[in-house]
Amino acid sequence: MADLSVHFAGIRAPNPFWLASAPPTNSGAQIHRAFEHGWGGAVWKTIGAPVLNISNRYAGLSVGGQRLLAINNVELISDRPLDVNLREIAEIKRLWPDRAVIVSAMVDASPEAWREIVMMIEDTGADGIELNYGCPQGMSERGMGAAVGQVPEMCELNTHWVTSITRLPVIVKLTPNVTHITDSAHAAIAGGAHALSLINTINSVMSVDLDTLQITPSIGGRGTHGGYAGPAVKPIALNMLTELLTDEGVLRSGVPVCGMGGIQTWRDAAEFLLLGAGAVQVCTAAMHHGYRIVEDMIDGLSNWMDDKGFAALPDLTGRALPQVSTFGQLDLGYQAVARIDPDRCIQCNLCYVACNDTAHQCIDLVAPGGVRVNPGYDPRVNGRAVADTRPTPVVREPDCVGCALCANVCPVDGCIEMVSVPSTQEHVSWDQLTARRPEIASSWEAMMAYRKEQGIEIH
Amino acid sequence: MTDVPAASRALQELLPPFGPHEASAEAHRCLYCYDAPCVQACPTHIDIPTFIRKIATGNLRGSARTILEANFLGGTCARVCPVEELCEGACVLNSEEKPIAIGRLQRHAVDHVQERGVQLFRPGPPSGRRVAVVGSGPAGLSVSAELAQLGHTVTLLEKRELGGGLSTYGIIVLREPVEVALREVDAVRELGVDVQTGHELTDRAGLDVLLSEYDAVFLGLGLGAVPAMGIPGEEHLLDGLRYIEDSKIRPEVLPDAQNVVVIGAGNTAVDAATVARRRGASVTMLYRRTEAEMTAYRHEYEFALSEGIGYRFLTQPVRVLSGGGRVTGVECVRMVLGPPDAGGRPGPRPLPGSEFVVPCDAVISAIGQEKPALAVELGLEVTGGYIAVDGAMQTSMPRVYAGGDCVRARGTASTVMAVQDGKYAAAAIHRLLSSTLEAAHG
Repeated sequence: MADLSVHFAGIRAPNPFWLASAPPTNSGAQIHRAFEHGWGGAVWKTIGAPVLNISNRYAGLSVGGQRLLAINNVELISDRPLDVNLREIAEIKRLWPDRAVIVSAMVDASPEAWREIVMMIEDTGADGIELNYGCPQGMSERGMGAAVGQVPEMCELNTHWVTSITRLPVIVKLTPNVTHITDSAHAAIAGGAHALSLINTINSVMSVDLDTLQITPSIGGRGTHGGYAGPAVKPIALNMLTELLTDEGVLRSGVPVCGMGGIQTWRDAAEFLLLGAGAVQVCTAAMHHGYRIVEDMIDGLSNWMDDKGFAALPDLTGRALPQVSTFGQLDLGYQAVARIDPDRCIQCNLCYVACNDTAHQCIDLVAPGGVRVNPGYDPRVNGRAVADTRPTPVVREPDCVGCALCANVCPVDGCIEMVSVPSTQEHVSWDQLTARRPEIASSWEAMMAYRKEQGIEIH
Repeated sequence: MTDVPAASRALQELLPPFGPHEASAEAHRCLYCYDAPCVQACPTHIDIPTFIRKIATGNLRGSARTILEANFLGGTCARVCPVEELCEGACVLNSEEKPIAIGRLQRHAVDHVQERGVQLFRPGPPSGRRVAVVGSGPAGLSVSAELAQLGHTVTLLEKRELGGGLSTYGIIVLREPVEVALREVDAVRELGVDVQTGHELTDRAGLDVLLSEYDAVFLGLGLGAVPAMGIPGEEHLLDGLRYIEDSKIRPEVLPDAQNVVVIGAGNTAVDAATVARRRGASVTMLYRRTEAEMTAYRHEYEFALSEGIGYRFLTQPVRVLSGGGRVTGVECVRMVLGPPDAGGRPGPRPLPGSEFVVPCDAVISAIGQEKPALAVELGLEVTGGYIAVDGAMQTSMPRVYAGGDCVRARGTASTVMAVQDGKYAAAAIHRLLSSTLEAAHG
């Protein structure tokens, strides 16, 4: 069985699955129960300034009948008194010495405020501090959370106040509500952060209720923006993680990154790990299904690692990063075409309509006799026999640009594959090509001449 | 709406309606195929992927409109169509998993509007033309609804007390409650169709009167009673169609039999057997050929088996036995299959000396339906006993059209085919009336 143990910025844990600072980590009783289920660590729900929560706090996104593809919240940091939280943190750490217990904190942007809370956190015996510079709602209006994370200077200064006084590892949690995530990362690193975590929630207005015409959640007839999380945000989180772990400044600093954003299963977690995350945090999936999901996370990741021959997490961490490129570095000569497996095709013709209406019109409908036909049917033929006479979609390969839309709409696994085919075009990247022949980037005539040379015909 | 005897509810509809979540989940399974095979497989060519997508988006009224525009009897067809042979049989998901429950989704959408009395259609601007429709079964309702929307004045004549024909009287409650059939009669009334019940066309003179009063006549006559078997004790046989009708309209008159024999193995026979079984009887079906030659749909046969109905194949009743005015059993003879008969199926013949008795206290005959006797009486051309029509459903007589069971042998997808007949006939009648209208205006 693979070794799932984690050593992250000096913090040790039996596995990389940590509960993120959020409602699932609101109390000692909850975290105790979560650890009983096997979670490797928990980031205590942010402690700090006194707050009053409102009702209600969450809105969910359903797509195609699937509930909670995303959730947004207008909840604030912990509304339990500071001393209660601190007492319970100490108790949990004493009961669970092998688990990572990290305390998320958020206070006014002053050195005194940070000094005070950091001392209190250190006294609990917790393994680390996570600075919440991310929450986009509620606290940001009070000059905390994203209000700090969105301004690099503030991020650096606040981080410095903490790192200069504590002996604990300091993780800076970044907000995704910025144009360049690397600016925030550089600021945190400059402030002495020992690690980074991302992403916090994204600004969002979830929906408008068509019955009541109210923004959801409706708080006494009013609505506000909330923090967006859940499966739907995973690609955004993966992108930001990738941006950090391919950034020279971040790489040079050597700080590890804890990934989060839409992780529901061990598969999602494995993707974060392959893109370089040193551990992962989970919230929405636990809010949807409870703490019990961690059993499959641990079991699934371990089985997959065994199958792939990874003995321990460092064997796989960042394995996908070398593939990351810029658009200008991609091979212009690479050519793929769609191929439809006729034996798997169920003739739903979704590829046909997608290609015909919105792509490059390179799929034909071919009747069983081999004749190309137009859509439509003979109204005189009824009954289940029509299934036998139904035409099959066939790709006209010379006209296929390899956009892969058909493969994405096809409902049958493995039916449409993007197959690499030999290309007559030279294998050159845009950066190489335009360095050699800059006129191609500025003159359509030069571009057309190049296409002619290469035999590139765009229909 | 006409009141339905409460006792007819004793037998509840077999499939419960979809709940909102169930319907939404099932609708989301639909792939929304392009140029979908289910649409082609449906004789009325309902745009099935579109109506299902509308259920998925919560547009139930739009969904019902999509259905009812193509098939005014969408509520009945959702229940009685042999979907396994038609839309669901053609679903592309058959090759992968379970087909979409198209019938039940259709029922969900149509019931939504019909239970709320939502009016989706309006009569067209008056054309000044009048059409008589004889018979208020599926074909008659379909043609009436189409013509009314085109602005023609329609009088719908029904010989029985209640409208709806086969849907009202011939489909067991397990498949379609009477209310559903009557809602469809009400829906044509809402379009301004004058539905006159208790009005029967009996002879050529009657047809001539209609032709003198109306610009066109549509005949949706249906079929007759179960034919006689010509065996001793025949008078004790219960007519299967009548039995089904009674189970819907006046269940209190059904005999309380403990052991029921049903003769025949078609869909009507299965229906009659199911009713008897659900009323608590032990039921045996007798068929002179084998399982392979049965005319009932495979799923109907399997349904009967699952209901606990027994089958005796290669068995021909030769006499109904009785004593003291009560049925005591059926004397039968074993059959063997010989060379193909005129219909192309192996011809059964009796095995001499193989007589035996099946004890029972009621015998139901469901060996088919008589051809429309009125067809000959009216002086119309017939083919094989059914009214002859051309591709536009026109009979041999000018201005007279026909559709439904009276133009077609049973065994096909009757209700949905009848609806389509009505659409074809309405289009032809509309063309006829439009051209004569133009001629009149010179």
